[in-house]
Amino acid sequence: MMNLIIETSKYLMILLMACYTYFNFRFFSFRDIWKKRAICARQNQAMFMLHLLAYLIIYLKTGEVLVLIFYAAQVVFFLAYIYLYRLFYRNVSRLLVNNACMLMCVGLIMLTRISLNRAIRQFILIAASAVITWLVPWIIDHVWQLSRAAWLYAVIGLGLLGVVCLTGTTTFGAQLSLEIHGISFQPSEFVKITFVFFAAAMFYRSVCFKTVAVTTTVAAAHVLILVLSKDLGSALLFFVAYVFMLFVATSNWLYLGAGMGSGALAALVAYRWFPHVQTRVSAWSDPWSDIDKNGYQIAQSLFAIGTGGWFGMGLYQGMPYKIPVVEKDFIFAAISEELGGIFALCVVLICIGCFLQFMMVAGTLKASFFKLIAFGLGIVYITQVFLTIGGVTKFIPSTGVTLPFVSYGGSSIFSTFLLFNIIQGLYILKRNEEEEDEEN
Amino acid sequence: MKKTNAPHQENKNIMLLTYVVLALFLGMMGYFGYFLQVKSEDVINSSYNARLDRFSDRILRGRIFSSDGLVLAETQNNALGGEVRVYPFANAFSHVVGYTSKGKTGVESLGNFYLLSSHVNLFEQIWDQFSGQKSPGDDVITTLDARLQMTAYEELGDRKGAVVCLEPGTGKLLAMVSKPDYDPNPASLDAVWETLIQEENDQAQLLNRATQGLYPPGSVFKIVTALEAMRENTTGWKEIPFDCSGVYAVEDYSIKCYHNNVHGLQNLELSFANSCNGAFASLGLSLDLASMEELAFQLLFNTELPLALPYAKSTYSMKAGADTWEILQTSIGQGMTQVTPIHMAMMTAAIANGGILMKPYVIERVNNAAGEEVKKFLPSSAKSLMTAQEAGQLGDLMRQVVITGTGSALRDAPYSSAGKTGSAEFETGKETHAWFTGYAPAEEPKIVVTVIVEEGGSGGQAAAPVARKLFDQYLLR
Repeated sequence: MMNLIIETSKYLMILLMACYTYFNFRFFSFRDIWKKRAICARQNQAMFMLHLLAYLIIYLKTGEVLVLIFYAAQVVFFLAYIYLYRLFYRNVSRLLVNNACMLMCVGLIMLTRISLNRAIRQFILIAASAVITWLVPWIIDHVWQLSRAAWLYAVIGLGLLGVVCLTGTTTFGAQLSLEIHGISFQPSEFVKITFVFFAAAMFYRSVCFKTVAVTTTVAAAHVLILVLSKDLGSALLFFVAYVFMLFVATSNWLYLGAGMGSGALAALVAYRWFPHVQTRVSAWSDPWSDIDKNGYQIAQSLFAIGTGGWFGMGLYQGMPYKIPVVEKDFIFAAISEELGGIFALCVVLICIGCFLQFMMVAGTLKASFFKLIAFGLGIVYITQVFLTIGGVTKFIPSTGVTLPFVSYGGSSIFSTFLLFNIIQGLYILKRNEEEEDEEN
Repeated sequence: MKKTNAPHQENKNIMLLTYVVLALFLGMMGYFGYFLQVKSEDVINSSYNARLDRFSDRILRGRIFSSDGLVLAETQNNALGGEVRVYPFANAFSHVVGYTSKGKTGVESLGNFYLLSSHVNLFEQIWDQFSGQKSPGDDVITTLDARLQMTAYEELGDRKGAVVCLEPGTGKLLAMVSKPDYDPNPASLDAVWETLIQEENDQAQLLNRATQGLYPPGSVFKIVTALEAMRENTTGWKEIPFDCSGVYAVEDYSIKCYHNNVHGLQNLELSFANSCNGAFASLGLSLDLASMEELAFQLLFNTELPLALPYAKSTYSMKAGADTWEILQTSIGQGMTQVTPIHMAMMTAAIANGGILMKPYVIERVNNAAGEEVKKFLPSSAKSLMTAQEAGQLGDLMRQVVITGTGSALRDAPYSSAGKTGSAEFETGKETHAWFTGYAPAEEPKIVVTVIVEEGGSGGQAAAPVARKLFDQYLLR
């Protein structure tokens, strides 16, 4: 009987995930707001059913009552988040809220399966971040000076990165985090947002050669500090976001070409100079010859994904704990192993859905500053998704970045909330304006 | 004016870059799908993948068959309602098919993934999952020829040693026997396991001598020395003369022929056929040692073999500037050189196949439980060990061994054959290891046989007759 429930649930969860993802894209084809709202409501149903099934299996497998309490707490949180957000900000993008919840839901399911303690810690961080970043849309709407503080963003960003580079604690060969009173956080997760604000504020002022040169110098300083801290994933993230923002702001193909060219050159130099870059690349090109050491993580990840196949092994049927750092950088492999390749592809599609929504927001905004922020944050987000999933699947060398909203880690969760709520704020701003126009 | 135009241009740029991002993701998702559908099977069939063992919770381990359709291993339900792996041929296939109850070896390890995958139709699989039954795993059909294997097993008898039979044109492993052996059936293996792994146990029953046994090659190594002579002396190699008096003395050293036989005036063809040690020791002194070391490497000494089964690397250590004694010894296959029987068989197979070594393989096909083909393994060439001309010349030398030389056991066979015998000294006062490596029919080789009998005496008398029986069984059936 238990077998029956677990096996049925496995396929049902894939089906629900596929439905949710389908709704996500179907949404874009509707013009009528009521149809859009109806499909978002169906997304919520799919998510809660999937959530219920997953925790049912987890409970059946572990028999821990704590799991039930934890599940109930999550349901309360998701319901509150979805409905209170709407209540407070009438014009919120429901699709974006749904997607954020779905990604967190998948992350929490996987984390609970890997380690209940960590999942609970993650949930507390999620709840706290949600409450704190609640105010972000209000700030966007009410604080007018955001576009004037370009140098403040630069000072904060460079300062934080500099401090990490000099005094940060080292994990996996890279200086990533600061520790204050036993709480460690990764400043680069926040600096990527101030960085986008800085570039947007500068380009909003002017796109003459002089401003571009100054901005590029400061941007290069960010990237350089990150390279010195050996945080190559973030360095790449900042670099891509900057070059793309520069191109959008200036429409100058020369800048895009020069940016890409210098990026390729920098990658080559980094490969020559830094042994840890060579290690990453060789682990990517042939993990099997060094499977005991440098290739171990990526090999285990491929074993997990390959063994899981399209339909997955089912929750608790795989061995995600065999992959080092599975709960952070390699969470995608665990999802693919136990919930299936189809499910994992749906996660990718949901991330792409978020990105498209970001780009649409960027497209509809009139003010250049906000437009650039929406675009820049969108690129930061999707590049991060690309780097982590590409690394886990051996599509590109692994760079050690997290999957936003899914991976374990407070800084990652908080900065992703910040990022989503800034976009949400811009969306609300735009919708409020539209409504005013209609009323006039 | 600029302010109103800018957003339009910016949106176009955003659109463009959005498409770039989408294209990248499409590529990545395509790669992911390709990995899941096509590549994953090869990737996860690794001994490093601990997950495979979990498959046995839902899959009934498949059967292993010989190429002629006999069951070599299958899982049966025992009286207590549990499962038991049954090996009907017990000891005869012990090393090559392997065991499953104490880790996995042989085909049981190589084909582990296939044996634990089920390709019965999807509906049946889902039904099995819901009803809590195990789906039948796929069957592995090997290249092993049961009759040949049994002949090798019986002919080796109680003697220690190993036999390898390959099909030179494809690399198919036809038979592989190693003695002493063990019964892989779980109950029998469990009963003797403690004694098998004891440190005092010097029999090494668990070692697959065919792939992991390192032996001094003795006179079979003359194939390598002869090949080096051919390369350095492309036209006159056949006529290199030597006058054999039974003992060849240089400086303070002397090299004896087997049982002090006096071969008289020899050319290279004759000295190869008669396995004259003096001739080859003297030949070795004239060779370019650096070039010889390079040749040994080309012939896969000191390097990886194209072989999926676990094996030991053959070693060759003579370098340029070696002293006279080392040269004398190495040229006749004594000294520090060590070789595995499978490696010897692979060199012989390359000679029989015009210089091209086909990658040896033991799994020919994977069928689902209903007998439908799931996967087929095709022959693939591993490396060209020598030119076709060199292979032809070595073949001629080996043919002469049978016609006029030490391979007399094969002389009156109704088919033609070629080979080389060896009697390798390994410890003073003990009988020599008896070697034979060769192929038949000489004109159109169908089978390569390599035999080593530990302390068997002379290769011509102890090892060649085993090869004869195997050729007879395979070619005259």
